[in-house]
Amino acid sequence: MTDLTRLTAVETAAAVASRDVSAVEVARAHLDRIAAVDGAVHAFLHVDADGALAQAARVDAGEVTGPLAGVPLALKDVIVTRGVPTTVGSRILEGWRPPYDATVTTRLRDAGVVVLGKTNMDEFAMGSSTEHSAYGPTHNPWDLTRTPGGSGGGSAAAVAAYEAPLGVGTDTGGSIRQPASVTGTVGVKPTYGGVSRFGLVAFSSSLDQAGPCARTVLDAALLHEAIGGHDPADSTSIDAPVPPVVEAARRASVQGLRVAVVRELTGEGYEAGVQERFDEAVALLSELGATVTEVSCPHFVHALPAYYLIAPSEASSNLARFDSVRYGLRVGDDGDRSLEEVMSLTRDAGFGAEVKRRIILGTYALSSGYYDAYYGQAQKVRTLITRDFTAAFEQADVLVSPASPGVAFPLGAKLDDPLAMYRQDLATIPSNLYGGPAMSLPVGLSEGLPVGLQVMAPTMRDDLLYQVGGALEAALHDRWGGPLLASAPELEAARA
Amino acid sequence: MTVPYDQALSEFEAVIGLETHVELGTAAKMFCGCDTSFGAEPNTHTCPVCLGLPGALPVVNAQAIESTIRIGLALHCDIAAWCRFARKNYFYPDMPKNFQTSQYDEPLCTGGYLDVDVPGEDGTPEVVRVPIERVHLEEDTGKSLHVGGATGRIHGASHSLVDYNRAGIPLVEIVTRPVVGTGPRAAEVARAYVAELRDVLRGLGVSDVRMEQGSLRCDVNVSLNRPGQPWGTRSETKNVNSLRSVERAVRSEVERQAARLRDGERIVQETRHFHEDTGLSTPGRSKEEATDYRYFPEPDLAPVAPDPAWVAELRAALPDPPSVRRKRLTAELGLSARDSAAMVNAGVLDLVLATVEAGAPAAEARNMWLGPLAQAANTRGVEAADLPVAPAQVARVVELVSSGALTAGLARQVVDGVLAGEGEPDDVVAGRGLAVVSDEGALGEAVDAALAAQPAVAEKVRAGKVQAVGALVGAVMKATRGQADAPVVRRLLLERLGVEG
Amino acid sequence: MPEITREEVAHLARLSRLALDDAELDGLAAQLDVILAAVAQISQVTDAADVPPTTHAVPLENVTRPDVVRPSLRREDVLAGAPAAEDGRFRVPRILDDSA
Ligand SMILES: [Mg+2]
Ligand SMILES: [Zn+2]
Repeated sequence: MTDLTRLTAVETAAAVASRDVSAVEVARAHLDRIAAVDGAVHAFLHVDADGALAQAARVDAGEVTGPLAGVPLALKDVIVTRGVPTTVGSRILEGWRPPYDATVTTRLRDAGVVVLGKTNMDEFAMGSSTEHSAYGPTHNPWDLTRTPGGSGGGSAAAVAAYEAPLGVGTDTGGSIRQPASVTGTVGVKPTYGGVSRFGLVAFSSSLDQAGPCARTVLDAALLHEAIGGHDPADSTSIDAPVPPVVEAARRASVQGLRVAVVRELTGEGYEAGVQERFDEAVALLSELGATVTEVSCPHFVHALPAYYLIAPSEASSNLARFDSVRYGLRVGDDGDRSLEEVMSLTRDAGFGAEVKRRIILGTYALSSGYYDAYYGQAQKVRTLITRDFTAAFEQADVLVSPASPGVAFPLGAKLDDPLAMYRQDLATIPSNLYGGPAMSLPVGLSEGLPVGLQVMAPTMRDDLLYQVGGALEAALHDRWGGPLLASAPELEAARA
Repeated sequence: MTVPYDQALSEFEAVIGLETHVELGTAAKMFCGCDTSFGAEPNTHTCPVCLGLPGALPVVNAQAIESTIRIGLALHCDIAAWCRFARKNYFYPDMPKNFQTSQYDEPLCTGGYLDVDVPGEDGTPEVVRVPIERVHLEEDTGKSLHVGGATGRIHGASHSLVDYNRAGIPLVEIVTRPVVGTGPRAAEVARAYVAELRDVLRGLGVSDVRMEQGSLRCDVNVSLNRPGQPWGTRSETKNVNSLRSVERAVRSEVERQAARLRDGERIVQETRHFHEDTGLSTPGRSKEEATDYRYFPEPDLAPVAPDPAWVAELRAALPDPPSVRRKRLTAELGLSARDSAAMVNAGVLDLVLATVEAGAPAAEARNMWLGPLAQAANTRGVEAADLPVAPAQVARVVELVSSGALTAGLARQVVDGVLAGEGEPDDVVAGRGLAVVSDEGALGEAVDAALAAQPAVAEKVRAGKVQAVGALVGAVMKATRGQADAPVVRRLLLERLGVEG
Repeated sequence: MPEITREEVAHLARLSRLALDDAELDGLAAQLDVILAAVAQISQVTDAADVPPTTHAVPLENVTRPDVVRPSLRREDVLAGAPAAEDGRFRVPRILDDSA
């Protein structure tokens, strides 16, 4: 019998729908896989076997149908799940079982998706390596001594390690795309407002966006369609249908499409091997019928500083609610200390170093006297970056760049150098500031490790990502004789 | 160590400012669907949004925007073409997110005024125009119960217990510009402003404006300066929760500041807390470090851009201002000048009119407010308007009487129940079992007992002295604690005695 | 070049309710200097002067909901996650720091 964990989401759903296999068998196969390899990968913070099997049974009973019914999924622990622990990778929420579901969670359940559990992440999604999780790092399935990127390293690693065909991540400055890039998977940040943020524990409200992780472009499109669309519970949700992403992934053609390389997102700062794979992929797009040009987005060089002012500022406010009063950790309540003391001790003990660093930075950037020079100025720069995008999209249908400046780096390599860690998101941040959609998909290996290419599209043109991604993926699979992940080392062997 | 008020104001000029917070009477909260009704069990009107649970997001209540714009229009403000909510960041356990979603530099309404009548020096009313700086929309906080200290005060408490039912109720903040030139009437103007504002809000139907339940709350700013000198340093007195207290707060602050200034001392810019029991204020927390609220535009909410055509419609549909409404209604109701004057004196004219507008006949509305309610106010030492009963509730009691469901005596008990916080009139009727008993079977026993107890009276009636039946009716009413339907009792008695009524 | 002092970090820590110890204060002061130096270039973006700020990535307006009551949570669920509760309320240590 075929190994059920090697099927794509599309294949799995078809097998379940035709009753060749039951959803419960599919779920069991993945739970077994998790049991076998997650000790080495540590993609999951919580495996919800009972919940997964119950949902699979509902699918088998015909209570839910749909294009993803019976397909297992790894859910980033930043998405709230009723009655199932949700920690956001932080001590401060250890043991918290939310009394409600995120809209994404509800939509997954309604689509018959089988959520296997909650995946590891940098605490409060602040990081690019998943090493800032309070519960220990996740390991890259390609090389267990390396990080899977972050903050959504858990979902990306789970998908790359065949623990689940699908994952959901969130992307504030690249937290879906950069992990996808370094794990050889497909990751998409949808248009801001395309997927509901209701029930997504906020990091930076004006930047956060949930999106799909998958092994193929088409799988990602199906998941995108399942979780996307208007939600009246999120005031920033766009009241329009999800762009036709599945159709675009199937069409998979770049014939006549105008593709532009962003000059500021290549060259210096990008590893040579990454640049080579990127250049080859761009050449391939040209072969496939795309018109390739280069554009300049001069303000992109300010994207990183703007991001590191806007995101911590919003975070400092969003994380104020973790105060030991209504939920979560409480430390130092000896009956004598005041609330302020208990609150401050709790937050000091409950938040990790990176979170505290950003809270202090954000508090600083918002304080009177500094607001105009920092937060206010960053938002103006955000306008300039948006104008760069608008101008570029007059010359091109999509923009491309490497998704990440390098391949997966060794665990611990950048932990003591915040700025080096921050630079991992050089290429991904502009799309968050602008709000438009972007995708990372694997385009080859450098030093035996995956390299991702980023496609960026105008707001609400998510379909263009899938059109380009689908075409490139098909051509690359032809060239490689199969998916890139097939060349990843066997985990059991690696562990032995 | 105070200078008497009149003397203080002959020596100094007072500048006053008022910040009024009004809870809107929407059905649901500002950013979520939780019920706003008062008096529920703690934390039963809460959800992920108003508890600030991780991941929850706000959505603006459309009615709250509309009500705020109507308030702004009634106060002659400009309505912003485009404005945003902002986060006001500070930690407080009553506030679930540790920021208040409010408005900062872009309020919904700006630059209006409210004209108020105050008695002039010769006793004739004089109009004082109070300038309005802004009207903006925000959310209320929860409520803390302080345990272990004296009389539930936060000072000396060992711990506190927090209820978030009130957290997230829409709150409109109305801020005046500094009011100058009030001469010896600073306190009267402050009080008249709040009273008039309350009438405006009640007329708009946007809030139940009940100060004793906290749906209307005042902060009073006062500073003094010698004539011709720049304005002095101001203090802000919080917690001023009745009309009478508004006046008292200004008076006591004028007296206190005048004494300090006379002694050559400086006034400290501070927040003071008003105490209803003493009529005095005490300094707030001294350990205040410079507050830095770190305002920034709320990224979770879309900007508000009211359609000018809609605003014009709202403006056209505004009710008459209270002064015009008072004149019109007193004329329509045919109230004599004497009657009106009596009601103005008792501070119930607007309440009577509001009760009439809620459906009660004028005479009954008048009788309720000048009768049992005026008495209750007197007993409690508060203004009738500060009683914990709304005109709509009074109208309901009147309706119950006229439908025969209550007698006048029972109506009084229902009013007592509402004042005691037992809920709506119908809740009190049910809770206290106050419905009129007109069931003949149920009354038969009491009727028979009355006849047996007073055979001599029964004989008199039988002999044709029909008016003597009153004593028997009275006995039955007493036995049924006022709940019997008197006409039915009378008929039953006469039937039993074989006499034609 | 912005320079952030240890006292400033202590003030920020107080504002954000973080009981940082001395080592953390020193460490953060040094790190913030480095980070601020890296982001300070943003104030040199001169063509931003006359540009409106972007606060929302996607420009929406007037997103509201009707004034309709929806069910609240059950109180047992509300209080289930609380570190301490009493009489249906959240219990917190004394609010004023006035005993010491
Ligand atoms: Mg306010
Ligand atoms: Zn609520």
